[in-house]
Amino acid sequence: MDTRMDAAPDDALELGGEKFRSRLIMGTGGAPSLDVLDDALVASGTEITTVAMRRLDPAAQGSVLDVLHRRGIKVLPNTAGCFTAGEAVLTARLAREALGTSWVKLEVINDERTLLPDPIETFDAAERLVADGFTVLPYIGDDPALARRLEQAGCAAVMPLGSPIGSGLGIRNPHNIELIVESAGVPVILDAGVGTASDAALAMELGCDAVLLATAVTRARRPALMAAAMRDAVVAGRMARLAGRIPRRRYAEASSPAIAPATKDR
Amino acid sequence: MKVTINGMAHDLPAGTTVGQAVRELTAAPGGVAVALNDEVVRRGDWESTALGENDRVEVLTAVQGG
Repeated sequence: MDTRMDAAPDDALELGGEKFRSRLIMGTGGAPSLDVLDDALVASGTEITTVAMRRLDPAAQGSVLDVLHRRGIKVLPNTAGCFTAGEAVLTARLAREALGTSWVKLEVINDERTLLPDPIETFDAAERLVADGFTVLPYIGDDPALARRLEQAGCAAVMPLGSPIGSGLGIRNPHNIELIVESAGVPVILDAGVGTASDAALAMELGCDAVLLATAVTRARRPALMAAAMRDAVVAGRMARLAGRIPRRRYAEASSPAIAPATKDR
Repeated sequence: MKVTINGMAHDLPAGTTVGQAVRELTAAPGGVAVALNDEVVRRGDWESTALGENDRVEVLTAVQGG
């Protein structure tokens, strides 16, 4: 384990019955090449990384799977591009067949412009996939009620957005993320909207168990450097959460002894 | 026999199997899954599953995303 986490050496992420040292889950979308992606994944320290399922392109050179297998990173297929529960269930089943994993990041979007998740279709798909034996990690809006319902439906985690996919707008409603964290009995993974390291740290300070991001790294000017920044931000935010922040006050509270200094003539 | 493989029309001999359809696209079908008319065909059933007229075959694999 990274020595910087010595303050909390046994602080593993427990997800879907497995334990992970890294609390940063990476996506692979947007990387300009597999080499750039490889460098970024290594720098991020991630142990879980998402892939999408698409029609086989006979002309494609190299595979993202080769990179993940070489690095020993767990593959998490998503259902990106699905608009209905039926499409998402079929995609998850194809991913299970192709990749040999029953884990799925469930993503059912409502429209192309915002890529915001569709709560009705997502819930429908989640119920069907849980019944089919999947470990379901649903991408949702920052809705505490839906998060609770998905947990009750048997999902292994909930993944509320900070803001729309790829927007880099950070966490638009930190209060709702805190509400989701307060009532959740499964891991809460902040997913989508992270723009820079402080967003990832904030997610962890709010009590999220992990952060999932892609674009912030893959489209950064220097992806591997941003990946390292995200790694450290997630660790720092987690340690701050465990340490317990001081309360906010309206006025100053002296940190020096409250004894008058010797020279007090004024 | 007309079938659609990944959205492209193909004219294949009667009795063509799912496995043969996959090999129309790739010689190394690792990390690949097949849906026939929106139902998954397990890899072990590829060679014993024959295609029919107007069947829709989807051959998917993992790509960068998410």
